[in-house]
Amino acid sequence: MLTLGVDIGSLTAKGILFDGNQIVEKYLMPVGYNSKKASEKLIKALMEKAGIVDTDIKNIVATGYGRNNVEKADKAVSEIICHGKGVHFLLPHIRTIIDIGGQDSKVIVLDVSGKVSNFVMNDKCAAGTGRFLDVMARAMETEIEDFGPLALQGENPSKISSVCTVFAESEIISLVAKGEKREDITSGIHWSIARRIASMVKRLGMVTPVAMSGGVALNVGVIDTLEQILETKIETSALSQYGGALGAALMAAEL
Amino acid sequence: MAGRLKATKRMKKIMRRYYTQAKYAHLFGKKVAWITSGGPVEPLIAMNIIPVYPENHGAMIGASKMGGKLSEFAEGMGYSQDVCSYAKGDITSSITKESPIPGGLPKPDLLVCSNNICGTVLKWYEIQARKFNVPLFIYDTPFVHTEFTQEAKEYVDAQTQEYIQFLERVTGKKFNHKRMKKVWRLSLKSMHLWKAVLETAEHKPSPMTAFDAFFHLALIVTLRGKKTVVRYYQLLLKELKERTEQDVGAVENEKYRLLWDNLPIWFRMRWLSEKFAGHQAALVADTYTQAWCGVIDYIDENDYMSSLGEAYTRIHLNVGVDQMAETIKKFIKQYNVDGLVMHSNRSCKPYSFGQYDIQNLLREMDIPVLILEADMTDERKFSESQAETRIDAFMEMIKQKKN
Repeated sequence: MLTLGVDIGSLTAKGILFDGNQIVEKYLMPVGYNSKKASEKLIKALMEKAGIVDTDIKNIVATGYGRNNVEKADKAVSEIICHGKGVHFLLPHIRTIIDIGGQDSKVIVLDVSGKVSNFVMNDKCAAGTGRFLDVMARAMETEIEDFGPLALQGENPSKISSVCTVFAESEIISLVAKGEKREDITSGIHWSIARRIASMVKRLGMVTPVAMSGGVALNVGVIDTLEQILETKIETSALSQYGGALGAALMAAEL
Repeated sequence: MAGRLKATKRMKKIMRRYYTQAKYAHLFGKKVAWITSGGPVEPLIAMNIIPVYPENHGAMIGASKMGGKLSEFAEGMGYSQDVCSYAKGDITSSITKESPIPGGLPKPDLLVCSNNICGTVLKWYEIQARKFNVPLFIYDTPFVHTEFTQEAKEYVDAQTQEYIQFLERVTGKKFNHKRMKKVWRLSLKSMHLWKAVLETAEHKPSPMTAFDAFFHLALIVTLRGKKTVVRYYQLLLKELKERTEQDVGAVENEKYRLLWDNLPIWFRMRWLSEKFAGHQAALVADTYTQAWCGVIDYIDENDYMSSLGEAYTRIHLNVGVDQMAETIKKFIKQYNVDGLVMHSNRSCKPYSFGQYDIQNLLREMDIPVLILEADMTDERKFSESQAETRIDAFMEMIKQKKN
């Protein structure tokens, strides 16, 4: 019997189909302005891709910001528990998880059995979130995929002193006007977000080994700066972006 | 579910009468004093002066969801966004008369300010003293970093004397020591009763939640020292004891017990209460309402002249972080809680400042802590979906831990 995990984030929707032992199918799409419609589309697309029908799915668990808008879901669970479960499945030895989401960034500490023992989320400000990177990439006229690699090329990271997304953007415009190198500014942006995240990790008390979950795990610039600040390796998996959805699918199997 | 406490009705009546009396005080030849929530109120009651609390008014402004609007007006006058929303609400209301109480608070004849709760009140009361052109007494309580020293004791005891002289000057009457003796005893008695009320929540399931405590607190804040308060809390205690005897819980099928830190989020009481109840969680205790019975041990019921100062200096907000953490540890054990919810209150810096340190000091207890960012009255500082995500995640973690 199959279970489905749906993660409706503020930017992307992710789905994982799980058969009790392994991942059968995955799907990712932008959410757009209507998360309810996005979830319907996601479930439909995923079923088509796997060649299955409604009745093949035993349970659906939804997570992410739009978790309460998924009509077909049997249960809604917060991202914290789902990322914990998802990462524990992919990388069972991991004790600390960093997830930088569109609206929320969080650090989760797991106990040895994979249960969440503590977590911390960003304050109300958007400075340490995925949205920050999005806005900054746009300000630098760079595709988000190229943003991390560009940061790695910076030799003298620019100083971004503002912790506010809106003000940091205008700070960047003035750095551009001053003629600072694009890769240095980009590197500075990555240091800025990594410092914010690292302080959250320290606040909670880091337990190694550490992994990153969520879409920002694909950004090599963030991983690199975080590794330097935290002085530890940060592991990722090819399925990092699906961490929340996978956790939801695993939860669905337990219902 | 247990539903509303029956005593609530009586409480509302008492509060209504209190505010009506304050409004028409001058008709009865009585004076009105505005006083800070942690200020020594007993001498006022002994002198037949009606105490009025801008902070209690602030809570009402918050509960009526007027906090954001009133704060905005004050910001338009030049007050910073970061200034306490109780202060901004009071300053605005005294100008525009907007208030959940028709006409706003009655005009003061004198002001009494104690900085045992924060530093903001000094400027706030100075502003109002200038505005209303009335005398202001400042009861200055030194911060108790680690211990209450002999120097501190002498310093505050001298102020108790000055305070009495100030009241004699303002009223033109001799201070009534005989009456003060009675008031002091009644005040202590109501603190003991309030303590007993809060301690009924040790019972599983708890007959009340912190949301009830936030509401029933108003009397010990405003009228301690009066017989009405003693009688009311006796009534409330009786009702709560009936609930514990019959194992009636305030939250249906209470499974998880939580401790709350800081002031309430007045404009989201119902939402929060339903949110936690939905997770079968009862907020069984809080550091805020406990503050009104936290100094019982320092009070000598026969000697107000030399124990009033100490009692008002050693309150929860006027002690070091280590001591605050000790108090929280005590409550965690006493009320057998599964988690701590800390409201990081934009308005109240002295309450919110040490929260991360306290969290670190609690690490050995392995107690999950949730920090919720909001404000006691300014709804502009609150984001529902962010709060919801955090509360859900916190409760799921506690469930995972416990089961």
